[in-house]
Amino acid sequence: MTFGTSRRSTTCEGVLGETPPAIRTVGLNLWYGDFQALKDVEIEVPRGSITGMIGPSGCGKSTLLRCVTRIVERVGGVRTTGGLQVLGHDIYAPDVELVQLRKRVGMVFQRPNPLPLSIRNNVLFGHAIHTTSVRGAKAERQQLLESALREVMLWDKVKDRLDARAIDLSLEEQQKLCIARLLPVKPSILLMDEPCSALDPDGTAAIEQLIWSLRGEYTILIVTHNMAQARRATEQCAFMLGGTVVEYSKTETMFASPAAKRTADYIEGRYG
Amino acid sequence: MFQATALNRRNARIETGMRVAYLGMTLMLIVPVLLVLGVLIDKGAPALSWEFLTEVPLKGMTEGGIFPALMGTVALVLVALLASVPVGVAAAIYLSEYAPNTWLTRLVNLAIINLAGVPSIVHALFGVGAFVMFFGFGTSILAASLTLAVMTLPVVIVSTRESLRAVPQEFREACWTLGATRWQTIWRIVLPNAISGILTGVILEVSRTVGETAPIMFTGAAFFLPFLPQSVFDQTMAMSLHLFVISTQVPDVPEALPYAVALALIAVVLVMNAASIAFRVVLRRRKKW
Ligand SMILES: Nc1ncnc2c1ncn2[C@@H]1O[C@H](COP(=O)(O)OP(=O)(O)O)[C@@H](O)[C@H]1O
Ligand SMILES: [Mg+2]
Repeated sequence: MTFGTSRRSTTCEGVLGETPPAIRTVGLNLWYGDFQALKDVEIEVPRGSITGMIGPSGCGKSTLLRCVTRIVERVGGVRTTGGLQVLGHDIYAPDVELVQLRKRVGMVFQRPNPLPLSIRNNVLFGHAIHTTSVRGAKAERQQLLESALREVMLWDKVKDRLDARAIDLSLEEQQKLCIARLLPVKPSILLMDEPCSALDPDGTAAIEQLIWSLRGEYTILIVTHNMAQARRATEQCAFMLGGTVVEYSKTETMFASPAAKRTADYIEGRYG
Repeated sequence: MFQATALNRRNARIETGMRVAYLGMTLMLIVPVLLVLGVLIDKGAPALSWEFLTEVPLKGMTEGGIFPALMGTVALVLVALLASVPVGVAAAIYLSEYAPNTWLTRLVNLAIINLAGVPSIVHALFGVGAFVMFFGFGTSILAASLTLAVMTLPVVIVSTRESLRAVPQEFREACWTLGATRWQTIWRIVLPNAISGILTGVILEVSRTVGETAPIMFTGAAFFLPFLPQSVFDQTMAMSLHLFVISTQVPDVPEALPYAVALALIAVVLVMNAASIAFRVVLRRRKKW
């Protein structure tokens, strides 16, 4: 599999006989103008698991996430060096089609951002922009719609008002919808940037439960400010500070016996 | 326990005073509008009739109607819109959605602001040089409308750009992360949410264009031409110029006539505005979320 539009290439996947990680960065640096937001980031996100990312505000968590879909380049004056592989493919290779990359890597934001469309059209938006035939295939669309909404546990709630405006849903439902919206384009990786921070405790619990249920089928990389959540909901965890990854290990290990003093200080709430 | 102190009472008096002052200023806005309309109706009404709108001017423009001028103004405005709206909206989309923040973009933005400040008589001279002579359109509806279009382009660009920028960035990010191209994002999300703002800009442009005299008087509007133009390469009468002519250039015009023409001019603006507003309402209603 390749991100190039037309060509099929045999890259490490088949040759090495082992599946490469979902995401691997090699000495990744990023500058916004003169300001270096990422410094030599080396991280490997294994497939099918939930990886957490913690760290104080402004340490570069969102920036790293936005690198994975190369959406970060949409801001002017951004420069990156180093390597970033997604599913074993260098996403800075010249033949990478960003549309194909973004189909495989979905993103959920801090504030739920449903599009100003109906619930139905939100879920089918990705499908609509990636298919040429507008007519026909109605059954297929309905099936995509239902399975995506079922997967995020929203179907029973909204099945009678699929044409209602998405922004009239509660925040929790909106966030579920934003996750559902990613599924019809069949992503492998879901990036979640503080997906619960706009929600109340019940909403947080619901989204956490949802994330847990998506585990295995999707590789999930989740940024959180909530230590309890990082501890509960992730399998491995990275701690970032000032643009560098200070520590990256199994979640139990990090929370039980952090290797770096700075990690321990952060986890215990001494700064943040 | 809850009695007002002297300070409370003083603040309450200031509060009331301010409210009355602001209300007064707001009401004063209405006064000129009512006065203008009142005077026009009072003095112009006697000359108004169905024939006034449907007949050509007679007897050295001292009698008859304004039909050619009315149609001419409508034609001038429509052709100007056809030219300026596509160009202006496209430029605004580029500036708001595509343009990187470089010196060139900043230069273009500066140019737009300055273009908006150019007096209309200068646009008129530009129109003569560019459209009438250089492009060889002669004095014609086309040349006059293009001059009007250039003049109103900055308004269209700026208002469109601002309406596009008012669409939350989150919507764009949501689309981009789903793999939508910029154009798919613009077409499916940004434009439908900006359209009413864009139309408001167009309405402003129409109102301004209808009343302009200087840019059309050297480029395509005729002093007296008692029949309708056959193509955009013909000259035409226009209401604004007609009003100017009968108020200042023609002897023995009955007093009511210029007022009636002015009233009709304002009515054209109102009708065009109403049409755009209706269009906007339809668009909004059609938007199925
Ligand atoms: N578009 C941008 N231009 C300039 N600096 C930015 C931009 N976005 C983020 N930054 C800076 O990069 C650093 C990392 O930001 P971010 O990745 O959003 O941090 P986090 O998500 O960990 O809070 C911050 O210091 C922030 O000020
Ligand atoms: Mg962030």
